[in-house]
Amino acid sequence: MTQLPSTEFHPRWYREPVSTYWWIGSWRYSIFILRELTSVAVAWTVVLVLLLLRALLHGPDAYARWIHRMESLPLIVLNALVFCFLLLHTITWFNLAPRAMPVRVNGKRVPEVLVAAPNYVLWVAASAVIAWFILRAS
Amino acid sequence: MADKIVLEIARYAPEKDEKPSFQSFEVPFRKEWVVLDALNHIKDKMDGSLTYRWSCRMGVCGSCGMMVNGEPKLTCATFLSSYGNGAKVRVEPLRYFPVIRDLVTALSDFMVKLQSVKPWLIRHDDVPLSAGEFLQTPEQLDLYKQFSMCINCTLCYAACPVVGLEPTFVGPAALALAQRYNMDNRDQGAEERLGLLAHPEGIWGCTFVGECSRVCPKHVDPAGAIQQYKLKAALDWVKGFILPRGHAGAGKEMHP
Repeated sequence: MTQLPSTEFHPRWYREPVSTYWWIGSWRYSIFILRELTSVAVAWTVVLVLLLLRALLHGPDAYARWIHRMESLPLIVLNALVFCFLLLHTITWFNLAPRAMPVRVNGKRVPEVLVAAPNYVLWVAASAVIAWFILRAS
Repeated sequence: MADKIVLEIARYAPEKDEKPSFQSFEVPFRKEWVVLDALNHIKDKMDGSLTYRWSCRMGVCGSCGMMVNGEPKLTCATFLSSYGNGAKVRVEPLRYFPVIRDLVTALSDFMVKLQSVKPWLIRHDDVPLSAGEFLQTPEQLDLYKQFSMCINCTLCYAACPVVGLEPTFVGPAALALAQRYNMDNRDQGAEERLGLLAHPEGIWGCTFVGECSRVCPKHVDPAGAIQQYKLKAALDWVKGFILPRGHAGAGKEMHP
């Protein structure tokens, strides 16, 4: 933190240094830091999907080997944690969407809940389609 | 227990103190009293040297912002009763600002930032006075009215960790004020302001913590204003990419 120079009117003043752990004291700040960390989980998931596609391209054996590797306990625990982070990521950003994109109809601002709701509807619908597609085979 | 409440107040005298320390004062607990009333009681009856800013006592002037139990609050709108009889309430100067004395913060840095966003109507044409006033419909007013309600109390700066970590960040109130003029159909300076503010110390410095909007006593929603500003900047960039010539330069035209 840079110390601001004092002025001729205030020859001395005090500026509180900001702690590295400023985000621990309040749960709101902690949730914010967790939300920012969810981007790591998103990146991990993207890499995982790319690896899955690569295994698929290399044929059934490579795919089976990849699936087998993913069945290890540490990876299952890690991916369960990643899934929780993805949920946090999705929910927090869907809830923030109406603030960044105020929708106006006939000059009147549409209530925030109506802007957020379509995101959730699409999310549930897409998840249902994917779940149906996967569970249908088994 | 008698009707008392203890105020732990941050005291700092630049001529003798290295850093602030706390001093406790026991004041009567009255349900109609706000924190500012308790401070005035201390100054009048107990210690005349206690220094703090205040003026209107009705949430309009924006002078009496302080940290109350770690939360940025207008002390004229924060009732002692919300902390309970016999409670200890900590009163400190607004966070992240340099402290001049006791509860008084230095605002010179904030004033420079506020001015840097060019918070006035910018016109490129020269309409003669005889053409009359610029008319505006209620819908046009409604687009920016929320962002114009700011009273410069600086609570949002005390709530924003980016302000604390990056002292050069322009900050919530100033960016919301820029957006207030951008959205005003009488203004033609949006592009000029975008050039000033689409950088890491401007809108891109904001990480959307959202606390500025939560603590705002006037419901200005600076966080929303900044995200809308970011969206506009991103769309402008895309438009400039697809249509390199004459996309955003259109500016808003309005004739009285």
